[in-house]
Amino acid sequence: MVSTPRLLALAAAGSVLLAVSACAPESAPAPQPTASAACDKESLVTRTPGKLTIATDEPAYQPWFVDDKPDNGEGFESAVAYAVAEKLGYSRADVVWTRVKFETAVAPGPKEFDFDINQFSITDERKRAVDFSAPYYLVRQSVIALKSSPIAGKKSLADLRDAKLGAQVGTTSYQAITDLVKPTVEPQVYNSNDDAKKALQNGQIDGLVVDLPTAFYITSAEIDDAVIVGQFPQVGSPEAFGLLLDKDSPLTGCVSGAIGQLSGDGVLKQLEQQWLAQVAGAPELT
Amino acid sequence: MSTLTHDPSPAQRARDAYRRRQTVLSVLVAAASTAAIGTLLAVAVTGAPGWDRVRESFLDPEIARDALPRVLTGLWLNVRLLVCCAIGALLLGLLIAVLRTLRGPVFFPIRALAAGYTYTFRGLPLIIVLYVLTLGVPGLRLQGMPPVLVLGGLALVLTYGGYLAEVFRAGIESVHSSQLAAARSLGLTYRQTMRHVVLPQAVRRVAPPLLNDVVALQKDVGLVSLAGPIDAVRAAQIATAQTFNYTPYIVAGVLFVLLAIPLIAVTDQVTLRAARRQSGG
Repeated sequence: MVSTPRLLALAAAGSVLLAVSACAPESAPAPQPTASAACDKESLVTRTPGKLTIATDEPAYQPWFVDDKPDNGEGFESAVAYAVAEKLGYSRADVVWTRVKFETAVAPGPKEFDFDINQFSITDERKRAVDFSAPYYLVRQSVIALKSSPIAGKKSLADLRDAKLGAQVGTTSYQAITDLVKPTVEPQVYNSNDDAKKALQNGQIDGLVVDLPTAFYITSAEIDDAVIVGQFPQVGSPEAFGLLLDKDSPLTGCVSGAIGQLSGDGVLKQLEQQWLAQVAGAPELT
Repeated sequence: MSTLTHDPSPAQRARDAYRRRQTVLSVLVAAASTAAIGTLLAVAVTGAPGWDRVRESFLDPEIARDALPRVLTGLWLNVRLLVCCAIGALLLGLLIAVLRTLRGPVFFPIRALAAGYTYTFRGLPLIIVLYVLTLGVPGLRLQGMPPVLVLGGLALVLTYGGYLAEVFRAGIESVHSSQLAAARSLGLTYRQTMRHVVLPQAVRRVAPPLLNDVVALQKDVGLVSLAGPIDAVRAAQIATAQTFNYTPYIVAGVLFVLLAIPLIAVTDQVTLRAARRQSGG
């Protein structure tokens, strides 16, 4: 015979679990964007009605943001974010910034933002998990090194094969190393570009791979004796940054439309010249 | 050897039969309750509104297959580091513990230094020790600077040596002073007493917590990845960033558990044996 306490315990455990599963929150079905949905403040379904919540990582780096203050409108991505908000009918006061770590931004749970702007490269693999807007910046990867480094002044990808290269984790810079350089030494991976820059200064890596605007910023403003060795050739489709949205977000269409308009108006070009002016003229690695 | 076959009494047979029935019954009840709870959990999880999306982003077999080789390569680094750091930390911990338990006023500075070391490194967050050793020390640009892995391993040995030293010291101090007195009265020197009487008992007594710290170390060795090397979790992170899919983390997690199982099983065995010895069983 099963003793009574056992039965009781079983029954209790069962009922608790039943209660838990019965209380599982039912999320409301996401509103389907209609083709003719107007893209303005009144009709857009945002996290906070009447506000546009924009996320980026912390810290936010130059030249994309200035002084780690996304809400000052300075830096290329901050300026783009405000331009998109304006196109959708949100004044500067209606824009709320939030800080979201990269890992959290791409997790399947409910998003803390309407869109995230943080140098997210658009790839087909990633599109399975999140939505991207139309591209707002075409980007190239590049290698920087100290003037004293063995790879300074090198001209071709083959010259980099035996070098010890580094990149920040989670970036397409790392993929550029493994796919394009195919190094003989395992690349070093860092939590942030700050750690990677320190390793570069220490001579622990021969070269650091970052996107070109960041490379220009680091070599001109942060590390005096660093130079851009060169930019990687473009293989396949050009790499582009896009705004990141929740999968099947009702805003994706409108945000992409806004980017399209900004591109057509020449606003994006102008912002590039204002904040990323010097990116022309880095030698191309062959 | 007696040739008489043992013939249990009817009462004993009844007792045996009753025990058998009870065993069968308890196994059945355990199975039933496990099945019930398992079913309820499965229903609760898979019935959740976001389950499909979670399954796609955490349990994608295709992505798991792609990530496995890279994660395994990273895990090999974890294993090598674990072996080296565990040996290093155990030796360092033992040394510090012996220094802390030296007697006599002449050894005061040594005792104070050893105590200071354990206080400092048990209090310091491992991440900070790692940063200082792996990114700070190479900045000195000294000749013969060891590679970053060695520096990272050193940070782990220093931190875990502090924990293990305290465990060893607890063991040493748990050996009754009469043991020491008896050994000395037999004419053993202090060193011989430590070597043949105190330490063997001390180490045996604290084997479970020592192994426990080694299990903890197994998870922490991966932190050297902040200095550049790619361990299992870092490999998973890289794969995740490429696909925005978290399955590689699950792959790494499963591998870590598999790696820990033998170690944990040994710990349990040792604990059980120690408990039996203690209770005179």
